[in-house]
Amino acid sequence: MVPTSYYLVLSAVLFGLGVVAFIFKRNILTVFMSIELMLNAVNLAFVTFSRSLGQLQGQVFVLFVIVVAAAESAVGLAIIILIHRNRGTLDVEKVDTLKD
Amino acid sequence: MITAQIALFLILAAVAVAGALSLILQRHPIHSALSLIVVMVALAGLYLLQGAEFVAAVQIIVYAGAIMVVFIFVIMLLNAGEEERSNFSKLARFVGVPLGVVFLAEVAYWIGRATSHLGSVPAQTVSTRDLSTLLFREYVFPFELTSFLILIALLGALVLARREESE
Repeated sequence: MVPTSYYLVLSAVLFGLGVVAFIFKRNILTVFMSIELMLNAVNLAFVTFSRSLGQLQGQVFVLFVIVVAAAESAVGLAIIILIHRNRGTLDVEKVDTLKD
Repeated sequence: MITAQIALFLILAAVAVAGALSLILQRHPIHSALSLIVVMVALAGLYLLQGAEFVAAVQIIVYAGAIMVVFIFVIMLLNAGEEERSNFSKLARFVGVPLGVVFLAEVAYWIGRATSHLGSVPAQTVSTRDLSTLLFREYVFPFELTSFLILIALLGALVLARREESE
């Protein structure tokens, strides 16, 4: 039997690494991937609480999160393709027209 | 005392954290994407360990299968190369990174302490029948809404990525 807190600590560590990747990475595709990493960490916490509290609602929410992540990645990747077509770069630091 | 389940958990957790670290440290986006797939497969193993079979299957099929394949398609389509080395300032390297590690360790420690009274995760599997009953009885309206969401996302992606024919 694995203690619940182990899973929650792992979930927190993965979420933190996702935040670090979101801030550090410069390629817009990897920035987008780190969002997926954070969503995965949250899903782990959802499933863990669902199991430890004996309620299934948490797993239903994981399914919804996965659906929303799929929709998000479809739209997000379309936007990334547009950025690449208009700017010719994937570097987030070079997409800064709003700053000027 | 380390039981087989805890040993399995530790192995899968180590694989997941190593994959996440590799996502950060790799320079080429395709290597990052493959690391993310490793994380997702390890998480699917953890779901199985918790007895959440259906979620584990969906994790593999939808996340590691569909979503990451789309990512890799886009990486290959855009011919994304290695990212430039970010010009880390000295302050970021010698203050920011240790502070970040300490902060992460502290958050993990306190979450572990605050939830240590919750006991162990039961190992018996969740019946997929119960899950689907809940999904299609209580959550049937949100479920139908997600199909609209997918439809709108599909149309949005089509409109965004379409090439302008003539101006």
